[in-house]
Amino acid sequence: MASKAAGDWSSDVFKVLKGEGVRQVAYVPDAGHTNLIKRCRADTAMTAVPLTTEEEGVALLSGAWLGGEAGVLLMQSSGVGNIVNMLSVANECRFPLLMLVTMRGEWGEFNPWQMPMGQATQAVLEAAGVIIQRADTPERVAETVASAAAMAFDGGRMVAVLIGQRLVGFKDWSK
Amino acid sequence: MAAGKKPAKKSVKKSSVLKRRAVVLKILADRGDAAVVTGIGNAVHDVFAAGDDHKNMYLSGIMGGAAMVAFGIALAQPKRRVVVITGDGELLAGIGSLATIGVEKPKNLSIVVIDNQAYGATGNQHTHTARGVDLVGIAKASGFPETALITKESELDGMIEQIYRGSGPYFAVVKVSTETGVRGDAPRDGTLIARRFRTAVAGV
Repeated sequence: MASKAAGDWSSDVFKVLKGEGVRQVAYVPDAGHTNLIKRCRADTAMTAVPLTTEEEGVALLSGAWLGGEAGVLLMQSSGVGNIVNMLSVANECRFPLLMLVTMRGEWGEFNPWQMPMGQATQAVLEAAGVIIQRADTPERVAETVASAAAMAFDGGRMVAVLIGQRLVGFKDWSK
Repeated sequence: MAAGKKPAKKSVKKSSVLKRRAVVLKILADRGDAAVVTGIGNAVHDVFAAGDDHKNMYLSGIMGGAAMVAFGIALAQPKRRVVVITGDGELLAGIGSLATIGVEKPKNLSIVVIDNQAYGATGNQHTHTARGVDLVGIAKASGFPETALITKESELDGMIEQIYRGSGPYFAVVKVSTETGVRGDAPRDGTLIARRFRTAVAGV
């Protein structure tokens, strides 16, 4: 049996987000999130907002919660460094914040410029008070997102799911 | 130039320069059920001085985030007008958000920049607007359909009409002096401000 294709987990994650009533989807595009972004953009009950930088997403989702809606931020690990100060609004106001972070700078990375932020991602998020959940196999992604969503929306916390680079796919990213 | 001849161009009287407190007070007098988000710095104190309201989200941090917080509220509450009151320094720190909002075009969002051309909280160092950066031009080029540059008292009423009743997104810059007002005791506990705001605006 062929292993689950790299993009397949995104359908299950989409169902989890729908089940959680997510209405606002903020994203900076990433190859690993391609399918999920497509699904969210096509869904009439969701507003998918492309950002110029990830910190806009933290602010947007703070507003979503203030206005009574749930949201999710889709980003790559390189964007984690951009959001650190912006996280203080979620921390100080105890906003739920769900972030799905596709990893670079780890498993089989070819681009040396991705290493510094990729290797610092978890430590940086934890230093800012974010709870980390990690998924490194396709079968685990949706349940990990469901767990993180419960901790974020019911537990009122900042939670990031780090989706391992191994899972996103080992390929020549330069093409 | 002949001695004693007066220069042809009249210099602007200092007294005619708008003052931030009076401008914000006038804007908020007409707010109705609008939700208001402040940027960090003097905007917090200006809005608080106009009267505390549970529909005020005072942001005393996240420089550059006010417009996007307001955008998130505007998406969640499409029937309610959401107004940003912020400074030029705060907006410049998140200048990309003008592009993000400009392409999405939320009809119920208005952004008002109280532009004193200075970082008022840190010693009035120049911001880029003091050196020619045109925020209205950036907003226009980012896709805001209605924009305004306000420099005179007589222009305020038209702006206020647009803020609350125009089809957004609306973007206005109000040029003001660096004069500030007395600082009140605006609430700073984020959980308190956020929860009372959410209850007042979203009913949850």
